Amino acid sequence: MPWWVIVLIKSAILLFVVITSFAYAMLVERKILGWMQMRPGPNRVGPWGLLQPAADAAKLLLKEDLTPETADPLLYKLAPFISLVTAFAVYAIIPFGASPSGAPWAIGNVNAGILLILAITSIGIYGICLGGWASGSKYPLLGSVRSTAQMISYELAMGFSLIGVLILAGTTSLDGIVHAQTRLWFFIPQFIGFVIYITTAVAETNRAPFDLVEAETELVAGFHTEYSGLRFGLFFIAEYVNMLTVSCLAALLFFGGWNAPFGWTAIPGVAWFVIKVAFFMFFYMWLRATLPRLRYDRLMSFGWKVLIPLATLNLVFTAIVVAYKG
Amino acid sequence: MSVYAKPLSADIVSRTDNTMVLSMGPQHPSTHGVLQIVLEIDSENVVKADPEIGYLHTGIEKTAEGLFWTQAQTAIERMDYLAPESNSLCYALAVERLLGITDRIPPRAQVVRVLIAELTRIASHCVWLGTHGIDLGAISVFFYCFDLRENILDFQEAAGGARMHPNYVRIGGLNGDLPDGSLPRLDALIAKFPGRMRELRGLLQANPIFQDRTIDVGYLSPDDAIQYGVTGPSLRGSGVAYDVRRAYPYCGYETYDFDVPTRVEGDAYARFLVRLDEMEQSMRIVEQARRRLDTPGPVMIDDTKVALPPKETIALSMEALIHHFKVISEGFRVPPGDVYQSVEGPRGELGYYIVSNGDNRPYRVRTRPPSLYNLQALKCIAPGNLIADLVVMIGSLDPVFGEVDR
Repeated sequence: MPWWVIVLIKSAILLFVVITSFAYAMLVERKILGWMQMRPGPNRVGPWGLLQPAADAAKLLLKEDLTPETADPLLYKLAPFISLVTAFAVYAIIPFGASPSGAPWAIGNVNAGILLILAITSIGIYGICLGGWASGSKYPLLGSVRSTAQMISYELAMGFSLIGVLILAGTTSLDGIVHAQTRLWFFIPQFIGFVIYITTAVAETNRAPFDLVEAETELVAGFHTEYSGLRFGLFFIAEYVNMLTVSCLAALLFFGGWNAPFGWTAIPGVAWFVIKVAFFMFFYMWLRATLPRLRYDRLMSFGWKVLIPLATLNLVFTAIVVAYKG
Repeated sequence: MSVYAKPLSADIVSRTDNTMVLSMGPQHPSTHGVLQIVLEIDSENVVKADPEIGYLHTGIEKTAEGLFWTQAQTAIERMDYLAPESNSLCYALAVERLLGITDRIPPRAQVVRVLIAELTRIASHCVWLGTHGIDLGAISVFFYCFDLRENILDFQEAAGGARMHPNYVRIGGLNGDLPDGSLPRLDALIAKFPGRMRELRGLLQANPIFQDRTIDVGYLSPDDAIQYGVTGPSLRGSGVAYDVRRAYPYCGYETYDFDVPTRVEGDAYARFLVRLDEMEQSMRIVEQARRRLDTPGPVMIDDTKVALPPKETIALSMEALIHHFKVISEGFRVPPGDVYQSVEGPRGELGYYIVSNGDNRPYRVRTRPPSLYNLQALKCIAPGNLIADLVVMIGSLDPVFGEVDR
């Protein structure tokens, strides 16, 4: 078979897996929120509410797709796709496991994997900025201004927090980073980096308590106030897929990817990877159920005055230790 | 000339500076009903804020003029729909003063009135706390609050027959005694309350994000508060210990042992703490009222001109039948005069100024809704803050639009 057929088949499988996990992540989130709030969560469609994602998708498809008169039609219609495409594109280089020969299970094994992921996710924010701005409406505009500010304050700290891992692993390839964690998972030597990454990842995905871009009680629905139907759905998918992405990265970079803990290799590596990702997903849902939202100027000063200096210190310290040990 | 008054926001909308006009509400998710605030904003900083009210005007005061004295109470209950029994209690007290029967209300009825009023206060504060939490993004608090509130509403339903507007407090007493089984239900509620309060305090009070969002936000000085006529927890959060239950006791409040929680900080966090403390003080009163309920007694005034005669006497006594027919078909007449009566509602001093011209219907029912006065303070505290803070301020003033717009 020519290489591109294999890539196409791999992509199709991966898209299916990611979309299914998105749909059920959403259902599980609603269930978990329900249990944390003393209510059953969705349980009407299908047994245990299992068909709820399908019902939601059908509903969104049937809704009218509105464009405000004041909107910039091209950008308004394009913005959800920017968010969605970049959210999915990241999965081209995320490895989910390794075959016994050591080859990673990924569509492409890129040397500069982590840099590419950061680059792609940074483009994703354009969907939100442009979508809010192009709506030609006031609340979305405020949402998109917030998203720009938030992106600048957080991507820097996030990048710095990851460099520590790169120094320890000596490579930017995700596959290589996982291999470097065979003995010791990086969240132990890079604990500060791990905490900073987890915090900034919440901001990166615009989830509570950093969901200022949507901030329902302040900005109605923030950047997607004017969106309806499937275009709203695309933003929604992008948010959950991004959540999956940052959880995958947390598992790969700090929790040893598909390495089994304590030598429990009876469970295959892929399963370990899924368990770790699920753990981080649960963590994000838990945060959402518990914490109030930060104020937007406080979030900025937290990013600039706490996270970035801390990440820089962590980076310098890691570099000194690695250089000293040779 | 237009017959309509110029809207408050007209000067904001017609301004020409380099700022943006943002209409917050009346459909905004955190304006607690149908408040519209027309904002002049510079990026996210509020330069000027004008609350526009009136979207929920239902003409309750006017409606009450067309109803019998007793019937009017059903309409009045719907003003502050989160604390209906405070409204009807205040109205009943006012009419009783006009009738001159205040001293003849049976003691058990007074105790149950206090009990219901305090439970209503807790239920109302539960809604406030839940929605305040949601405004700040803490979504789960809402459900824990509503669980507690649901228990109180169940109790109200058992007593008065309806969850929201039971119309249980009547002129002359109560609409029947508490039913069998309500005291164990009340005991269960009293037992459950402290644990639930600990959880709620744990989720918000010590949370650094919550403190960051509320401390020093929406500072209201005691002078401003008094000048704007702010009452209730919002006033006590500014350090003025004015509580109608203490200042002008009614229903025997002077015989109950409770504190009036006061804070001097005057910010949203102080108002938050005052309300939480108030819930606990209300529970103290409920416990004391519960102990007084063990002795049975009548719950309605023994005056068949005002109250319906007991059902079992109607078939046996000619006079009872006549009284029953008269009270049902044309109500009772209230001597001419006017009276102002106020109670401490969950939101502050709730008052009724009632005029009677001797008819079987009120001539005028004028309300002093605490929310209306408290909301005016928003104009004074909003400028210079962020939109996100504005949401906190509205929440901390706890307006209910049923009574603001009436």
